[in-house]
Amino acid sequence: MSQIEDTPLVVAGRELKSRLIIGTGKYESYEQNARALEASGAEMITVALRRVNLSDPSQPRLVDHIDPDKYVFLPNTAGCFTGEDAVRTLRLAREAGGWSLVKLEVLSDPKHLYPDMEETLRAAKMLTDDGFDVMVYCSDDPVYAKKLEDAGCCAIMPLGAPIGSGLGLQNKVNIRLIVEQSSVPVIVDAGVGTASDAAIAMELGCDGVLMNTAIAEAKDPVRMARAMKHAVIAGRDAYLAGRMPKKRYADPSSPLSGLI
Amino acid sequence: MQIEVNGETKTVEDGASVAELVDQLGLDARKVAVERNLEIVPKSLYAETALAEGDRIEIVQFVGGG
Repeated sequence: MSQIEDTPLVVAGRELKSRLIIGTGKYESYEQNARALEASGAEMITVALRRVNLSDPSQPRLVDHIDPDKYVFLPNTAGCFTGEDAVRTLRLAREAGGWSLVKLEVLSDPKHLYPDMEETLRAAKMLTDDGFDVMVYCSDDPVYAKKLEDAGCCAIMPLGAPIGSGLGLQNKVNIRLIVEQSSVPVIVDAGVGTASDAAIAMELGCDGVLMNTAIAEAKDPVRMARAMKHAVIAGRDAYLAGRMPKKRYADPSSPLSGLI
Repeated sequence: MQIEVNGETKTVEDGASVAELVDQLGLDARKVAVERNLEIVPKSLYAETALAEGDRIEIVQFVGGG
């Protein structure tokens, strides 16, 4: 049997074998995080930028468990509520890591962590002008998604549901509209709760899925990471295969002729 | 002289450089980024960037996040 082909996910000219991107927050330890990452098959991980702990510089460090030469580190702007905060954070991240591919997220109300789209768009323009490759966390609004693409963002990352909620894709219609109109990768970021949610995102034609809590807060994060790996592959294959049409009535699978 | 590092007051020798501060704090210069009075100090300039009284320094690193 010949190999079933798929094109790789390409973000800002960088080819990724896996369409799953995972976060590195909320794990019991960096050690558990590293094992989940291995099981997920993901090549890209999101990371945050924070002050070093001056009172105890010997605390465990992410880079001692996850090798930046082996995985693509995607610095985020989590916790930023203005465009200026986000730009300041990512300039520091670029200096810390030495690369310009970043995840922009400008949040609003801590209760729902919905992105502030006006600030997000403003920050996206500042960052692309400054030479960053911007993967942008955004609402599932196709109008803003288009504006972000026009501003030069290299991936559009609409939320499926609020960050950390695990509610699954709440607005499949909008996600599909964004997929259809975009000429850069569309990656569902936030809201996935379990494997079927990831598969649904991929079946809609999304180019990838980004998740953190669904894996980190599963009872067995390493097993859930593996489940997500399979779900993303299965959803992608189902999308490429093209599903059968839905029918209102039964259609027998066995021949009606030759019955005894 | 006194400077502020990550919101904490620290005493460093007069004329100390960013490289010396990073070293004094026991940090690996390759794994952090430094901001001095809201301006990034490129790693290549740590040794020649002298600190001044009252400087506000931020030293950051990558941590787990979503």
